[in-house]
Amino acid sequence: MKFRFLTMTASLALFAGAAVAEEVRVYNWSDYIDEALLAKFEAETGIKLIYDVFDSNEVLETKMLAGSSGYDVVVPTGTFLQRQITAGAFQKLDMSKLPNHANMWDVVEKRTAQYDPGNEYSINYMWGTTGIGVNVGKVTELLGEDAPINSLALVFDPANMEKLASCGVHFLDAPSEMIPAALKYLGEDPDSHDPDVIAKAEGVFMPVRPYIQKFHSSEYINALANGDICVAVGWSGDILQARDRAAEADNGVEIAYNAPVEGAQMWFDQMAIPVDAPNPDAAHVFLNFIMDAQNMADASNYVYYANGNKASQALLEEDVIGDPAIYPDEATLDNLFTTTPYDSKVQRVVTRLWTKIKSGT
Amino acid sequence: MRRFTLIAVPYLWLLALFLVPFLIVLKISLSDTALAIPPYTPTLDFSGGWSAIKDFFSKLDFENFIFLTEDDLYWKAYLSSLQIAGISTLLTLLVGYPIAYGMVQAPDEWRPTLMMLVILPFWTSFLIRVYSWMGILSNEGFLNQFLLWTGLISEPLIILNTKIAVYIGIVYTYLPFMILPIYAALEKLDISLLEAAEDLGCSRLSAFWLVTIPLSKGGIIAGSFLVFIPALGEFVIPSLLGGSGTLMIGKILWEEFFSNRDWPVASAVAVILLLILIIPIILFQRNEQKAREADQ
Repeated sequence: MKFRFLTMTASLALFAGAAVAEEVRVYNWSDYIDEALLAKFEAETGIKLIYDVFDSNEVLETKMLAGSSGYDVVVPTGTFLQRQITAGAFQKLDMSKLPNHANMWDVVEKRTAQYDPGNEYSINYMWGTTGIGVNVGKVTELLGEDAPINSLALVFDPANMEKLASCGVHFLDAPSEMIPAALKYLGEDPDSHDPDVIAKAEGVFMPVRPYIQKFHSSEYINALANGDICVAVGWSGDILQARDRAAEADNGVEIAYNAPVEGAQMWFDQMAIPVDAPNPDAAHVFLNFIMDAQNMADASNYVYYANGNKASQALLEEDVIGDPAIYPDEATLDNLFTTTPYDSKVQRVVTRLWTKIKSGT
Repeated sequence: MRRFTLIAVPYLWLLALFLVPFLIVLKISLSDTALAIPPYTPTLDFSGGWSAIKDFFSKLDFENFIFLTEDDLYWKAYLSSLQIAGISTLLTLLVGYPIAYGMVQAPDEWRPTLMMLVILPFWTSFLIRVYSWMGILSNEGFLNQFLLWTGLISEPLIILNTKIAVYIGIVYTYLPFMILPIYAALEKLDISLLEAAEDLGCSRLSAFWLVTIPLSKGGIIAGSFLVFIPALGEFVIPSLLGGSGTLMIGKILWEEFFSNRDWPVASAVAVILLLILIIPIILFQRNEQKAREADQ
């Protein structure tokens, strides 16, 4: 009887939730915000915030394409955003409700416009690069003082990987980032959509495959910080978070991040409002809150990612704004590349190649 | 009339929870992918009347099933899943049978406690229990730290992200499903049959082989199916504990659905998985039926 009472109240609560307007459901990447900001948002606006996380664009995209996700704000990466806009998954932003939009940085907006022309559907949350995180002590112990920790050769040259295998190497489980990196290593166009060019990536991965412990897109933060693994191909801020966690734990693990000298992929995570968002008004309030200079600075200071907010830069801590791994200098910026989404035929080629790389079949 | 209602209830249940979802998946498996919401075409629209429905059916085809035969990845994944599920079931039986046997041999007043201990892990979330295994099996995990401390090994064992970890995970997770039916079968076992066997000159070991095992066959079969069927489509355990080389159909399905955004091919993979599963389920049902008839 007690059980039935519980289910009844639970379903009542659900209905009540649907009726109350002041609620916003946000779906963001894991380890991607200072939790204090969430409490601040609720205190300032009186809107109840339900915050949920994911660790792959594919999961988010499937929810978007299934429709009725129930989320008011989601955070796809540029290439995925572009495809989802084409599918009709998002609504145009109402700029009159976003006065803080004036804080945004034109340098970033110019680049995000290639995914979202005119930046009509999205605002930039964070951006970063895909690069290499290493446990400096272990890697220099295995490869010597001149280990190429700032080069793709560290992870794509079998001679290096063979030595590193014993201490653990993780690769991102994200073909849309790993395959362009392999193509860049070969000197090909990283954004190639030609199946014959993409196929060349196989030759890069297959020889190093036996030495890769795991393909995963979020486990490496803790694994690097604990010393479980010594190399990870991952996202800049995630690796810098691992660096911080290791420093806090004072466990003798020293982590360093480098964008590869061959060229690194630059990506943009964009906040957008699904076309069927239950509460678009509250979603706009949330976006406006995020675009506040102080809030955005707090977020970047916490997660070690650069943001697309010009006004926040004055409020950033020196180890964020001054770190070229986060805010690259002009020369590095020129060396970064961006990619565009694959169509479904090429996507199938890419996924099949990725399965082959991961499983050997 | 009463008999009819009695039968109707489980059949309605089956219809609502099995047949309708299956038909939806089957329908998607015959469609084509599209960049839209939902990401496949055609979608059924009743407002267009009879001609729209006819038009809808004319657009369905078996293209996706043919596609599955063209790439050996899918067959390899099905076979590898069958192998992993089969070996895990065998291991679970080897671990579970002695536990169930021990529980039956234990004094009566202990049995509720022992039963409780078998069920107790279910009170913790399945996901948390699998994550705990990651903490135990990792290179710097408890197991390796303990073994290094005892001096049994000098280098940490690499268990996490291998097939061995997948077997450990499946055996651990599904062990109660094996123990409980075997326990139920052994509990009903008439001790006097064993005494008779020994009186007639049977050694304890051969009495176990010739009397106990055959009489607990129903429990062994039920337990094996309860482990094999979910293990075959398992996704969480291989993706958390397994390495990149662990090929299982659950992971392939995930990739079709999420990475390729190809719901039709994902549905076709699921339909075939279901067909593979239906065979043991029918065998299981038949076995149950026989056992029931034998009881009466």
